[in-house]
Amino acid sequence: MVHPTSSDTVPTHPVQPAPRLSMRARSALWVWSFLAIPVLFYCVIRFYPTFNAFWLSLTDWDLMSEAEFIGFENYRRMFADPNFWQTFRNTFEYLIYGTPISLLIAFIIAYYLDKVRFAHNFLRALYFLPYITTAAAMAWVWRWFYQPPPTGLINGALGELGFGQIEFLGSTTNALPSIMVTAIWAGLGFQIIIFMAGLRAIPDTYYEAARIDGLGDWAILRKITLPLLKPTTVFLVVFISIAFLRIFDQVYNMTTNDPGGPLGTTKPLVLMIYETAFSSYDMGYAAAQTVVLFTILLVVSLLQLWILRDRA
Amino acid sequence: MTSATETPGLAMPRINPKAIVRWTILFIGGVLMVTPLLYMFSTSLKTPGQIYDLRLIPAEPTIANYLEVLREGDFMRWFINSSIVAVVVTLSNLFFDSLVGYTLAKFQFRGRRFIFIAILSTLMIPTEMLVIPWYLMSAQFGWLDTYWGIMFPGMTTAFGTFLMKQFFETVPDDFLEAARIDGMNEFTIWWKIAMPLVTPALSALAIFTFLGNWTAFFWPLIVTTSKELYTLPIGLTSFAVEQAIRWEMIMTGAALATIPTLVIFLVLQRFIVRGVMLAGLKG
Repeated sequence: MVHPTSSDTVPTHPVQPAPRLSMRARSALWVWSFLAIPVLFYCVIRFYPTFNAFWLSLTDWDLMSEAEFIGFENYRRMFADPNFWQTFRNTFEYLIYGTPISLLIAFIIAYYLDKVRFAHNFLRALYFLPYITTAAAMAWVWRWFYQPPPTGLINGALGELGFGQIEFLGSTTNALPSIMVTAIWAGLGFQIIIFMAGLRAIPDTYYEAARIDGLGDWAILRKITLPLLKPTTVFLVVFISIAFLRIFDQVYNMTTNDPGGPLGTTKPLVLMIYETAFSSYDMGYAAAQTVVLFTILLVVSLLQLWILRDRA
Repeated sequence: MTSATETPGLAMPRINPKAIVRWTILFIGGVLMVTPLLYMFSTSLKTPGQIYDLRLIPAEPTIANYLEVLREGDFMRWFINSSIVAVVVTLSNLFFDSLVGYTLAKFQFRGRRFIFIAILSTLMIPTEMLVIPWYLMSAQFGWLDTYWGIMFPGMTTAFGTFLMKQFFETVPDDFLEAARIDGMNEFTIWWKIAMPLVTPALSALAIFTFLGNWTAFFWPLIVTTSKELYTLPIGLTSFAVEQAIRWEMIMTGAALATIPTLVIFLVLQRFIVRGVMLAGLKG
């Protein structure tokens, strides 16, 4: 179907009419010549690797010897592996705390920023700036903030103010929240902009009608703004959730001396995948882990579709 | 959003105390947001002895760190690598995403729906699942540690294709039909007639693709092994690990990695914010 006709009828000069080719056939020829390279790309770079990943997850392969088919052994091994369950828990900890905190802060800032006219663009730029920075670079800045005294900025400031010192990245309980704060900070700018776009899309007449009915700010927020903002909110919940499920850059850069440490308490799934595949070269096992990640992300995305359909 | 009872929009002439409080709190919040950036730059201008000093303005600012980092690290090389990768991938996406988006939006043909759904379905597949097959593929074809190896996974994306399709659907068919009657071929119609009508979408796509590739970390970390091929984020990480606890050097490296995007942002702020809004709502 890609090249439906013999090449001698191909209209190389468009002005020249190609008599034996109908309009339909000519249009199809254009369509498939436009699509040929992208379709090939999707087959080789997207679809084949997807199936390949599923297949690899059923094999035992260290790159040296031949891949050996072992059925669901990798999955059995994974579900019996306490390290896997720890990274699984860590990943959901990023998600469960990170998503609502991000969403709430982003909404509050967007809600008030939307009402500000004086130096609006300037304020917006301040909030948006972190979003366009490189996560790897900013992870090092935050890592430095979190250092123990005398170098760490936060502990230095706490000391000046007469408070006690806090161990951030070295502590098994504080390290994950510290990294999460960095990730939340990095994502806020985008979420604020999206919320503001959503707020702008609500017609003014709704607010005017509500005022006439004597509703106060709080009632308007609850009865008009939030319900009408639902599609934006659902989109952002899914977007942020996926970002936290795939968290890697910050963790990798903030724990280079002990990746995912201390004691694996900050290690997310993607870091485990990275280590299994590219430090241990246990390709089959790593592929099985990616299939689990894929399944989780799929469930989250389908949930979004389901919620939005439910509404319409 | 302005109303009769409260006039935030018109607060300039008649000063409203509530609005001042709101503005001040938002301003403090905004300053907190950029504090990491401010301290990064401030520390990059300090001498090693001054970094314990918490003051934002360096007592004796110096560019010695920058000179040393540029001498020791391969930052110029990494900057060039990142630029090549980001620019080529962006151009490729502008071309292919809009070509496919246009074809799906403006042509009726057998298999259209199938292709659209097939492309859209790839949005569900996370990069993390593809990197292992990509890595094996790259090893087999000799793409490891090459520019092409860094770039090939992103040459066209479902997100960009979907975005462009949405926008091409708003282009009136009459325009295209008129060009057809004038005897233009389909490629010229797309390039000369349709493309100029979707420039806001193109600039949004360009910004997203460029920033995404400029800051990309996971795949470049996997596919590059030699320092000469590192992109800026990977180079910075390796540099920072080497420097261990010389924080003024690490902050200087981080600043060098951040400055290009800051410059782009300051120049194109309007387009970037609008682009994010466009892509976020339509994409």
